[in-house]
Amino acid sequence: MDNEKDILEVRNLQVNFKTYAGDVKAIRNVSFDLRKGETLAIVGESGSGKSVTTRTIMGLNASNADITSGSIIYKGQDLLKKSEKEMQAIRGQDIAEIFQDPMTSLDPTMKIGRQIAEPLMVHKGMKKEKALAQALEMMKLVGITDAENRINDYPHQFSGGMRQRIVIAIALINYPEVLIADEPTTALDVTIQSQILHLMKELQDKISTSIIFITHDLGVVAGMADRVAVMYAGKIVEYGTVDEIFYNPKHPYTWGLLSSMPTLDSSGDSLPSIPGTPPDLLDPPTGDAFAARNAYALKIDTEQEPPFFKVSDTHYAATWLLHPDAPKVTPPAQIVERQEKYAKMQKAWLKTQQSTTPVEEEEEQQ
Amino acid sequence: MDYENAEKILEVKHLKQYFNVGKADEVRAVDDISFDIYKGETFGLVGESGSGKTTTGRAIIHLYEPTSGEILFDGKNVDSFTSKKDQRDFRQEMQMIFQDPYASLNPRMKVKDIVAEGIDINNLAKDDADRTKQVEDLLETVGLNKDHSSRYPHEFSGGQRQRIGIARALAVNPKFVIADEPISALDVSIQAQVVNLMKQLQREQGLTYLFIAHDLSMVKYISDRIGVMHYGRMLEIADADEIYAHPLHDYTKSLLSAVPVPDPEFERTREEIAYDGSQENDGKERHLVEIAPRHWVRAAKDEIFMYKQRAQEASLIKE
Repeated sequence: MDNEKDILEVRNLQVNFKTYAGDVKAIRNVSFDLRKGETLAIVGESGSGKSVTTRTIMGLNASNADITSGSIIYKGQDLLKKSEKEMQAIRGQDIAEIFQDPMTSLDPTMKIGRQIAEPLMVHKGMKKEKALAQALEMMKLVGITDAENRINDYPHQFSGGMRQRIVIAIALINYPEVLIADEPTTALDVTIQSQILHLMKELQDKISTSIIFITHDLGVVAGMADRVAVMYAGKIVEYGTVDEIFYNPKHPYTWGLLSSMPTLDSSGDSLPSIPGTPPDLLDPPTGDAFAARNAYALKIDTEQEPPFFKVSDTHYAATWLLHPDAPKVTPPAQIVERQEKYAKMQKAWLKTQQSTTPVEEEEEQQ
Repeated sequence: MDYENAEKILEVKHLKQYFNVGKADEVRAVDDISFDIYKGETFGLVGESGSGKTTTGRAIIHLYEPTSGEILFDGKNVDSFTSKKDQRDFRQEMQMIFQDPYASLNPRMKVKDIVAEGIDINNLAKDDADRTKQVEDLLETVGLNKDHSSRYPHEFSGGQRQRIGIARALAVNPKFVIADEPISALDVSIQAQVVNLMKQLQREQGLTYLFIAHDLSMVKYISDRIGVMHYGRMLEIADADEIYAHPLHDYTKSLLSAVPVPDPEFERTREEIAYDGSQENDGKERHLVEIAPRHWVRAAKDEIFMYKQRAQEASLIKE
């Protein structure tokens, strides 16, 4: 897994929150890699630990957070061993974040040009005029119309979509290596959302940033992600390429998530839904945390936690259903449809491969 | 839905809802919209923020005095309910489920008192025992436990709170329920639970819903008919399946093309259609015109032919 292309390696991360009621085990042994230039989507419901994971990377956890184990390796250095001062030099310079709510993540009393220029002045010691000139360029890049005249406006003079563009401009002004986008479009309308997503892709191509994209909207994931990690109750339960997760998911939780979203052609009397609610992480259940809500749960699920089983070189899932001795089950109808579509796509892909010359095929294999 | 014999429960006629009338910052939140809702159906109202969909819902339940226009509920003008009793009866028949389950429940009240508030106001319980029984039945109906009745809202998750909100709306046996973004604050896996519950209650109790939302795939799933709003105007109304398969108005096309679909292959080839809102403000007079059977589009006189052609191409009407 130690790939040269990895820009960020998270290993065996465990984070607890100390509360009066006891320790909330928010992150329970999470490992993943982020490769150069890719978009990794982390999906899961609220409380699954997606935001805590990224806040730990940024070193922005609340004061009652206790990182009990793990490492976050960025450029050969463990971010968890850095002092607050060292982290301040990294945040906004190497690793930047786009926050969820554009209404509250800007300073209402500061002109937006100044807010966009601030990271340049702080991290690069740039003079104000020069920084503002660069801020203006960035405003044009993120598509703020009439940027020259708006650079001295305050956040309240902009619409939600424009504010999110400003937040993106602040995050990108230093061309960060890693960009964390925590539900960046959840507060926006679909039309504005699609503009912002386009913009993020375009900018990613230009400055080859790696993006960790956190969202619960699987439609957005399908359009944005190269790879997907599915989190449940503080753990990653399945990860793979975007095609593997959407067309050949293996974990029953991923099945549930994908089927409970109506597509534009679903009909019928009731949507397949995942019964119940996520477990209390004050006292996580033994075995598979999803077992209580899982129609496919086996006896072993309540006794022993499933390890990751390999589906392909890029696709792993933590479910006992993949154990060779497990009974064969048929996933929900929607998932079977997805698998069929995938099989067809792969066949079509193989065909295009056969029609190319053998020399190219060899290169392909290397 | 059998629309041939369907009865209208709500008629909105030329509703205008302006704010700050006559001032420099006059806002025409709802600008001359008309539509009907039939008994037992779910009418979905979609649009971007600022399109006036929430204002429409609030005007219908009479939280505002309309600037002009009429709202008829069961044939009676909502504006004519001036006496306390009329107003109370009206509120008993029409209820609302709110968007934010964290803000819409009083944190200092126990669940049983939240749910029973409507019962108390309308004197629907014979005695304390009857009140308790009604509350417990309601909680069971929405999938909660009767032990939950003596707890406070903060002890519940978002999905459970939304169930409490639904139980409260149902407590007075309404005919018509306005649900304003009832699931947008909930997680995907919980959204499906709440939508299923709403559908089940509709089947069992013959409720009529006005379902306001911006999540277009969920609206399509739950609605029989859908109205698309933009800049305070109703641009298109049609059956849910038809409007998604064959949108006629450019704005509807643009809105639908922006919906992300959980299918990577689809997303890679998706083409978005841009919409230029200025075409609506060219000074021409426009009204909703029935282009195909029960498919209405806001059009000027010289645009009707174009929309009819589009409808023909989609085989919605014969030549």
